[in-house]
Amino acid sequence: MTRPFVRLVAVTATVTLAITAAGCSSESSGGSASTSSLSVGFVAEPANLDFTSTDGAAIPQALLVNVYEGLVKLDQDGKVVPLLAESWDISPDRKTYTFHLRDNVTFTNGKKFTADDVVFSINRVKTDWKVSLKSAMDVVANAAKKDDTTAVVTLTKPSNSWLYKMTTRIGAIFSRDGVADLANKPIGTGPYKLDSWRRGDAITYSANENYWGTKPKVGKVVLKYFKDATALNNALLTGGIDVISTVQAPESIQQFSDTSKYEVIEGTTTGEVLLSFNNSKAPLDNKLVRQAIRYAIDHKALLDTAWAGRGQLIGSMVPPTDPWYEDLTNLYPHDPAKAKELLAQAGQSNLKLRLRIPNLPYAVASAQVVKSQLAAVGITVDIEPLEFPARWLDVVFKQADYDMSIINHVEPRDITAIFGNKNYYLRYNNPKVQELFAKADSGTEDEQVAGMKEAARIISEDAAGDFLFLFPNLIVAKKGTTGLPKNLVSESFDLSVLSPSEA
Amino acid sequence: MGLYLLVRAAVLVVSTAVASVVVFAVMAVLPGDPAEVALGVNATAEAVAAKRAEFGTDRPLVTQFLDWVAGLSTGDFGVSYVTSDRIGPQIVDRLGVTLWLVLFGMLMAIIVAVPLGTAAAVRHRSIGGLLLSGISQVGVAVPAFLAGILLVFLFAVTWQALPSGGYTPIREDPTAWFQQLLLPSLSLGLVQGAVLSRYVRSAVLDVMREDYIRTARAKGLGLYRALWKHGARNAAIPVVTVLGLQLATLLIGAVVVERVFTLPGLGSLLLDGVANRDLLLVQGTVMVLVVAVLGINFLVDVLYALLDPRLRGVR
Repeated sequence: MTRPFVRLVAVTATVTLAITAAGCSSESSGGSASTSSLSVGFVAEPANLDFTSTDGAAIPQALLVNVYEGLVKLDQDGKVVPLLAESWDISPDRKTYTFHLRDNVTFTNGKKFTADDVVFSINRVKTDWKVSLKSAMDVVANAAKKDDTTAVVTLTKPSNSWLYKMTTRIGAIFSRDGVADLANKPIGTGPYKLDSWRRGDAITYSANENYWGTKPKVGKVVLKYFKDATALNNALLTGGIDVISTVQAPESIQQFSDTSKYEVIEGTTTGEVLLSFNNSKAPLDNKLVRQAIRYAIDHKALLDTAWAGRGQLIGSMVPPTDPWYEDLTNLYPHDPAKAKELLAQAGQSNLKLRLRIPNLPYAVASAQVVKSQLAAVGITVDIEPLEFPARWLDVVFKQADYDMSIINHVEPRDITAIFGNKNYYLRYNNPKVQELFAKADSGTEDEQVAGMKEAARIISEDAAGDFLFLFPNLIVAKKGTTGLPKNLVSESFDLSVLSPSEA
Repeated sequence: MGLYLLVRAAVLVVSTAVASVVVFAVMAVLPGDPAEVALGVNATAEAVAAKRAEFGTDRPLVTQFLDWVAGLSTGDFGVSYVTSDRIGPQIVDRLGVTLWLVLFGMLMAIIVAVPLGTAAAVRHRSIGGLLLSGISQVGVAVPAFLAGILLVFLFAVTWQALPSGGYTPIREDPTAWFQQLLLPSLSLGLVQGAVLSRYVRSAVLDVMREDYIRTARAKGLGLYRALWKHGARNAAIPVVTVLGLQLATLLIGAVVVERVFTLPGLGSLLLDGVANRDLLLVQGTVMVLVVAVLGINFLVDVLYALLDPRLRGVR
């Protein structure tokens, strides 16, 4: 009587086993066949491929240096080095830059790269770009071609940050005949060119066979996008990808503790996780209160609890890869007694503060620790997570309707934008700092370093914010994969020297 | 029959119209300006104003709504704020993934539920039957995404038997396509199967007590054969109803499961759209989902009428 049921179960089981077995065999054969292909897992997928009209870190991360090249780029130590320009001269008044260009470069549309493309690309930032970053090009008075391999750029005033900014997306060089469909068809001079893009899934690059420099070792690179951190980790565990570009949850790294299979690379970024203060509004317009908060926070404990100890304590808004870095972690050592004393001095008892954070993992984790540490000195913190980006941008960033917030300021050299502009959401207004920034930008290299150092110190002493930690760059890769960018110092994830593991 | 269908169709049309108003209104009150999100944190006021004009979000809400509905009625979903691509083709493209997922999930649910539910009904007095009931009870309580996480852990991470996610279109590599869909549809199907099996069980139990089954058995038919020949059609009516309702939950469950398995379906399109404040895209996607759910309900009503002749006479 029950036989048909038993048979059905048996058939189902057999089919399942057969399918699973098939999965097993084809999976392993697929892995060994593709030696010159590598896939890298990312979390944020570009909305489109046009960073001239769409903001967001994902587009330059994928395209800059890999597909588009600039005249200059940043090396792993954060130094400006030649790329499409072999060298450059700076006039004595520091306003004229003469770039000597490589002359064996072609775009992937077959057109030769000349000074005309440089002039075209620089001018196009001013005329056609839509994103706010384009303002970095405002300082350029004129860009001109001297001959095919020489381009001359004149600035309205001396600016060190301009050359630096030329390493970012605004310095990307476009072909004069290659800007018709930037959102879908990027044309650059880089080591890779776009093969295909399956929205919601992956971007595939193939090596540019006419590349002027060292040809990439990997013929095909797949940038795979994952919405979910667990899915990203699983993909590496199951061989779906070869590299996790940035680990989203540092405590998950223990899954990759098998050193015969994986290696974990920890480097630095330019992302300062900042406990930002609303400097213009009571009670945080009072320096004593801000200082009390800095004393109240045990940064080492915070980093250990919130981010599994991965990352670095900085004590200022400057990452170690900037030339004006100075270890200021001892400026405000953890000292709850001192914090209470300062609060009493400021006449504050039963202080209540609104901590309005973006709903991002590091901010949520850090906020809990901040709350409990501030409670220890008698400050009540009310944590309010806001959806990121839209809600946070609107409430905290635009309206500055907050007391404290926590956000990872990832932009390189963003100290000037954040503390040099009194209208920025921290509302920090210090003319002395603004003047130092301006002088540093127009001075010689030495003057720049000295000026920036001084400004960073004043900001830290002023307790304009509290610098929780420097965000780590955590990469996990299949054992033996080489050429991964250890430090994340620029906007791009440089794939050019990648080489797959031999295994 | 004709009147019955007419009334059902009218309900479908009115619900769709109401849904369009609700969907639009919800998006309109969602905080966050698409123009600001698109241009980034340091955009100037002029740039934002220009972007708003480009998007058309500076116009009165009523105008925007009427424009949107007029577009929808001709199948035009508009242009995405973020990608500047036409939204219709994007939805169609992603729907391809989601439909397969839902279809496979449904099939698995049926494969699980019909034998399990029938066996549980037939042996409802034995330990085995109670055990089957218990298992389905647990299955009902598990959300699909949790089942997905567990399945990934077992099949993908521990046994390395199936991929943990990703999607390859069927025309590129049918084997990879099938393998990649297997775990996500299983996580949808197992949970739905557990729910469904309880309905199958009670439907079969009801039918078993009917006189015509007793008659058939008295004539010498085995229980399963009698159920199949005489009871299946009757037991199918409540099951089909539930199946229709479940199809709707499956569609919604798929939205979440797609995230666990990184499938580029409608769900991931929707979530990305919300994060980027790509309002037109979100509105379009939600409308497609709403219409799909309403359409399914309509079909269930039709099927209901076909299966049960008594209903046709009612109206």
